[in-house]
Amino acid sequence: MVSTLLGAVLATVAALADGPDSYAVTGARILIGTGEVIENGVLVVDDGLIVSVGAVGERVQVPEGAWVIDAAGKTVYPGFIDALSTLGLGSKPREEATPAGRDETIARGPDDRPGTYSYKAAADELTLSDERVVKWRSAGFTSAATVPDQGIFSGQATFINLAGEREREMVVRTPVGLRVNFTRPGSGRSFPGSLMGVLAYVKQAFADAAHYRESWAAYEAAPLGKPRPTYDRTLEPLARAQSDGWPVLLPAHEAHEIERAIGLASELGVKPVLYGVHEGYAAAETLSAAGVPVLVSLKWPARDKDADPDAEDPLRVLELRERAPSTPGALEKAGVRFGLYTDGVEKPEEATLNLRKAVAAGLSRERAVKALTIDAAAIFGLEDRLGSLEPGKIANFFVASGDLFEEGTKIETVFVDGKKYEVRGGDE
Amino acid sequence: MIRVTWILLLLVSLHRAASAETVAIRGGTILTGAGETIENGVVLIRDGKIAAVGTNVSVPADAELIDASGQFVMPGIIDAHSHIAAESINEGSVAVSSMTGIEDVLDPTDVDIYRELAGGVTTSNVLHGSANPIGGKNAVIKHRWGKDAKGLLFEGALPGIKFAMGENPKRSRGQGPAARYPETRMGVIDVIRQAFTEARAYQKEWKEYEEKKRGGAKGLSAPRRDLELEPLVEILEGKRLVHAHCYRADEILQLLRVAEEMGFRIATLQHVLEGYKVAKEIREHGAGASTFSDWWAYKIEAYDAIPYNAALMVEKGVLVSINSDSAEEARHLNQEAAKTMKWGGLTEDQALALITINPATQLRIDDRVGSIEVGKDADIAIFDKHPLSVYAVAQKTLVDGEVYFDRGLDLVRRAETEARRKELLERAKGGSR
Repeated sequence: MVSTLLGAVLATVAALADGPDSYAVTGARILIGTGEVIENGVLVVDDGLIVSVGAVGERVQVPEGAWVIDAAGKTVYPGFIDALSTLGLGSKPREEATPAGRDETIARGPDDRPGTYSYKAAADELTLSDERVVKWRSAGFTSAATVPDQGIFSGQATFINLAGEREREMVVRTPVGLRVNFTRPGSGRSFPGSLMGVLAYVKQAFADAAHYRESWAAYEAAPLGKPRPTYDRTLEPLARAQSDGWPVLLPAHEAHEIERAIGLASELGVKPVLYGVHEGYAAAETLSAAGVPVLVSLKWPARDKDADPDAEDPLRVLELRERAPSTPGALEKAGVRFGLYTDGVEKPEEATLNLRKAVAAGLSRERAVKALTIDAAAIFGLEDRLGSLEPGKIANFFVASGDLFEEGTKIETVFVDGKKYEVRGGDE
Repeated sequence: MIRVTWILLLLVSLHRAASAETVAIRGGTILTGAGETIENGVVLIRDGKIAAVGTNVSVPADAELIDASGQFVMPGIIDAHSHIAAESINEGSVAVSSMTGIEDVLDPTDVDIYRELAGGVTTSNVLHGSANPIGGKNAVIKHRWGKDAKGLLFEGALPGIKFAMGENPKRSRGQGPAARYPETRMGVIDVIRQAFTEARAYQKEWKEYEEKKRGGAKGLSAPRRDLELEPLVEILEGKRLVHAHCYRADEILQLLRVAEEMGFRIATLQHVLEGYKVAKEIREHGAGASTFSDWWAYKIEAYDAIPYNAALMVEKGVLVSINSDSAEEARHLNQEAAKTMKWGGLTEDQALALITINPATQLRIDDRVGSIEVGKDADIAIFDKHPLSVYAVAQKTLVDGEVYFDRGLDLVRRAETEARRKELLERAKGGSR
């Protein structure tokens, strides 16, 4: 129950959000998200949290003044999580790497910290004017891990809810990870100019971070008579990723890249979460043995639309395209924990359709939902507060017209932090 | 679907044959590479190692038999200069790129690994490119096609690094702020001298720290690890081999002298097209020479080359190998070696040594590979004709006693692969409509 002391304040917020604090969604088929399904259930929400959930007729308390939403014949899902995104960071065109020329900043080695923005936290860059927030929410995504994606160390990830009156209200937790990209920040004339240069830089940066941590620890233990180490905003987050076990997000698409990333993470002394993973079907056992969770891109590899129609693709490429959608199913069988991400698709519905391909290729429907909810939450250490519809958790869920894996199913109403958002249907 | 199953069955049967504990190659002419040619001999392989070689070898009843009647059995070919199976080759942005390494970017799916098996190659020295006076670390690999990146690595091989002299490292890279030092041959030497001066200081810093630590000093902070200087310290301590790209006689001498001055040795001179002019000095330094048979004039510094280079250096007592530097040339290194018989009059044994035991010795892996001798790894190539003949075609190639290339199977698989490709293309078309 809401404390009466806060009642007045909350009423104001509720008015702004155009709805009450308490809802009871009744009559629906409810997927709790733990595997349990309640037919003809009631889900009670109050003050942004799930109060109770159960079958109609059970003792599920509906608070006084709660709005009752009749959802008979409909299905309630825990809110989906886009497990790696730039949602809420603005949809302005991406910065291109500076082309070689007069203006290019030339890095001469690791000390110049090329492409290093590890100090940037997504939480500090959020903007509600990012129109993708509403688009994604309307497709059933209530949360996302979001992080800048430019540079080698592009920034710190923040876990956000896709709604709020102010940007800061979106934040569920920050930081929840550190994103690394194996991209060259400049032309070949600036260090690093090659993949092996990038990997060498990542190793040097983490070696420096370890040294930084040790230097400060030694100084803090006995500062007298010692010069203090120099503060470095680029190394602080790397050092914390090592000491506090932040997930370090590493790119890995093909099987050999997966093997490479697992080896690299153990060399760096960090906890890896791999993203991309389209050839995960060929590395599921490796991932399972290493106990490394992954985020699978829902943008399956496809032939470039502008590709030369006469150019023949090699068998390897064709196999990858054919088999990439079987990755989630293979990971499920091997017991690898995985989340899913929309990977820059223009419409989030595309990602949902692509997920159906994974189901057709062997992924169970139950695991598909878990991958989009509780498993993604667990990868970021947030399964204790969201990702399923258990009492006390954050009320992120949506009401769909039926089973999401059936043709024609529509998402009708989305709740984020217990606030109701109608999906404005149709094409814009 | 049936076709796929067929391929899988083939792969499974191949794997079974390969993993049999005992394998016997019978009936062929064995070119041991250890000074002996054995007619109608047997190579007995147990657990990936050569267990017996000769005419009087008893073959256990359960041994997997490979019939080499009328064929030629030779040690697997070793390529001392390769750039296959790597996703990047040059880190050209800096003059010293020793922090980078091929091992970090190995790509076990590169089909060149397999194509070179089809030329009898079993080991390659995968080198960083020649854009820097001091380049990146190498990776010595075995052609274990189908294994992951770790599975390719030649376990226990001494690590190495690439150096480069001359036009490539001094070539100007960009204008204004993007220009990179050095731009002259003397600048190249300066970069090397400067880097090793720093490496000496770094080595000293760490030694002092380790000593203090051993002495029980408290509150010590370890020095910062410098991944650029660490490999150079390894060179100074004899733990890492230097493979130096070079062409001209004057720069070869420059390099040998700066190495001696800084206190290390050059393991191999790569390309070394003017090596015949300074063979005595190369031998005295103790460097090996890894050269092309007859490939030159692709740039000014590669003009004063002769096809007698390899033979002349051999005569002067230099340890010589013939390398490919090319995924294509690597597929007929046997023919490249044969050219030294025409140009320079080397014997068959000497010519074969250029692509087997000599590169093995240069890479310090001659205790494991390079000849067919008891105790060595069963890395073996079987040719239908004498491998120094232009008509010779590799029939089977074994690594660690496992058949990784079988020409008969390959011919079957080509059709299967093509069928699968067509099937996938058809399906992709269907999907996009």
